[in-house]
Amino acid sequence: MNEALDLSLYAKPAGAGTLGMDLAVEGVACGACIDRIESAVKKLPGVTDARLNFTNRRLHVAWADGALQPAQIIGTLEKIGYRGHPFVPLRAEQEEAAEARRLTRYLAVAGFAAMNVMLLSVSVWSGNATDITPETRDFFHWASALIALPAAAYAGQPFFKSAWRALKARSLNMDVPITVGVTLALAMSLVETANHARSAYFDSAIMLLFFLLVGRTLDHAMRRKTRAVAGNLAALKADSAHRFAGDELVTVPVAVLKSGDRVLVKPGERVPADGMVISGSSEIDESVITGETARRAVAAGVQLYAGSLNFNGTLTLRVSAAGEGTLIDEIERLLERAASAKSRSLRLADRASRIYAPLVHLAAAATALGWLIAGASLHDALVTAIAVLIITCPCALALAIPAVQVVASGALFRAGVILNSGDAIERLAEADTVVFDKTGTLTLPEPRVVNADAIDPVLLQMAARLALSSRHPLAVALSREAASARPYDGAVEEPGQGVRAMIDGSEARLGSPAFCGLGNVMPLPGSSLIVFTFAGKTAAISIAQKLRPDAAEVVNALRGLGLDLRILSGDRNEAVAPVARALGISHWQGTLTPAEKIVFIDSLKTTGRRVLMVGDGLNDAPALAAAHVSLSPISAADLTQAQADAVFLGDRLKPVHDAILIARRARRLMKENLWFAAIYNAVAVPIAIAGLVTPLIAALAMSGSSLSVTLNALRARMQGGRA
Amino acid sequence: MNVLVYLVPAALGLGLIGLIGFLWALRSGQYSDVEGAALRVLSDDDIGRTGD
Repeated sequence: MNEALDLSLYAKPAGAGTLGMDLAVEGVACGACIDRIESAVKKLPGVTDARLNFTNRRLHVAWADGALQPAQIIGTLEKIGYRGHPFVPLRAEQEEAAEARRLTRYLAVAGFAAMNVMLLSVSVWSGNATDITPETRDFFHWASALIALPAAAYAGQPFFKSAWRALKARSLNMDVPITVGVTLALAMSLVETANHARSAYFDSAIMLLFFLLVGRTLDHAMRRKTRAVAGNLAALKADSAHRFAGDELVTVPVAVLKSGDRVLVKPGERVPADGMVISGSSEIDESVITGETARRAVAAGVQLYAGSLNFNGTLTLRVSAAGEGTLIDEIERLLERAASAKSRSLRLADRASRIYAPLVHLAAAATALGWLIAGASLHDALVTAIAVLIITCPCALALAIPAVQVVASGALFRAGVILNSGDAIERLAEADTVVFDKTGTLTLPEPRVVNADAIDPVLLQMAARLALSSRHPLAVALSREAASARPYDGAVEEPGQGVRAMIDGSEARLGSPAFCGLGNVMPLPGSSLIVFTFAGKTAAISIAQKLRPDAAEVVNALRGLGLDLRILSGDRNEAVAPVARALGISHWQGTLTPAEKIVFIDSLKTTGRRVLMVGDGLNDAPALAAAHVSLSPISAADLTQAQADAVFLGDRLKPVHDAILIARRARRLMKENLWFAAIYNAVAVPIAIAGLVTPLIAALAMSGSSLSVTLNALRARMQGGRA
Repeated sequence: MNVLVYLVPAALGLGLIGLIGFLWALRSGQYSDVEGAALRVLSDDDIGRTGD
């Protein structure tokens, strides 16, 4: 292609007359890649810096403004065997990076303070048992106060802020009892220190913050990792478009297309943006949009949607915003309605904290009152009440759920499932009905060869290798069977007919039956035909939508988990029936509009079912939003992916099964952990109310319970979960 | 136990140096690519350069 590739969108000023660009790099597999990529890129003229981040597979390049074209960087990467995809880091991702750094700073400060205070506390405890002088003890307590107070004021910020937000909204969350407990413990310790008391709780307060920050930081790190992978995948998917600049064609990233631009869509390419055809005619495959697998003939004046596959003709398109009455318009309206009707299920942690927080505060108040009535001094009654608050401070409780979430999202990640929303794990575990879309979900997103068994394997391999030289969608589908990625030398494409090449002195042809010198050959029902001839031998290759390789197996396994399975498709009934039959799913419906899919899901919901919707088409987006929980394959339309709670990778359906298994195990562990925390409190609170808690007991109880809850959470990682 | 009057601050000071060191490392981006750092140490770029 001799068109210019314009990447100026991605180049950002990086100070002092230099430009910088970030690329997601495909193919980075080992440590040697770092050096190979960096030194190759650094050899380009004008490049001042090239650094590959191996953790998230991203390359940052900086160069002197005007010294090189960004496209050269991609060319250089390609030459050494990597594919670079420029991208602009999402703002959400940048904010999360800043938040992660903040959390790590809090964690570092809390950890430093906890260690030093504990050093002093252990001396006081052992001194209290032997012969510490009151002066030394006071000195140690004041030193502890000096460390703990500023550290808690700094490192406690995430909890204080969150508690304040909750209180302002007149609700309670887990951070309210944490804040109250930490503040009171510090205040009481300060008063006790001033009164030369034998014990203080500085260590408990700061250790509590440290443990909680460990949980939060881990949770955040996991989410950031999945976010980075999702960002890379988005960059890999981002297509380019051929835009007319006057009469010249310029290849630009799809992101810069504006309403009114004219773009050229060549055969075998996807339509880059919504728009109206202004010239040319072709057949297009809109299965990503509507689920319909039959192709539609289009000509000037027809509205097209981004993501449709252009089959055989070249089209010129005027990019337009979605007009009234178009499919996109209807889908957005449905999405709004589905979002407003969605009853957000209350998360397990919120439910627990809503019961727990008032209970803790009541227990503390009752303790103070009880001791006063029993004749204790006001000082003693208050000290005991605060001890109750410290011992019940929901360290274990606040770790019980995040810890499981971290481990479970790690397991999901390894199984090829990337979470979009944090509470998806709980909702995934509750699903009892699974509704599948057909096209692109149960079937592979791209068509494949369906009669490979009936063709001579040698002939098929030659045909597939010849197909590498064509951009026709059928040839592209055939080329996926090729074992070698090297096209034949001298292959010539005859537009609209086929490709031919000389192989070992004989001519090979791949294309329409007429191009290969055959009469009318009837394709198998529901499939398209491509013919290959070589040295007198002929192969009629059928290309059609094919089930995902493990679809039947996974569907059976899901049934084994006690799930009720359905298929709701926008495709014709003749196309849905064989799939439903092959998978043994008796409840299926075809020719559904997006609105009808929602109606169907709503009717399932009114019978008390929790629906997991798995779909990829634009037409599935409203249904995904309406369902209790939703999954979509990575090949799904962008709008659809944004609605899904999680996205799964690869050609297999197994991640759906794994996701449900992991989620169920995670939910069980969350409940176990909550029960564990409850039992811990049932034992510890009476001791605290009785006034028997010393700082040593508080410290032991707190770290012991946090540790056991975390260890239990690690079980979410064991067995299974691997793709 | 007068020795404590300067030993405790000294211990704290050492701890603080460690904390500041960590915060500096965090700020200068040394934790942004922990997997890469583990592999970079193995590359022989310093040897190769002299031969170029």
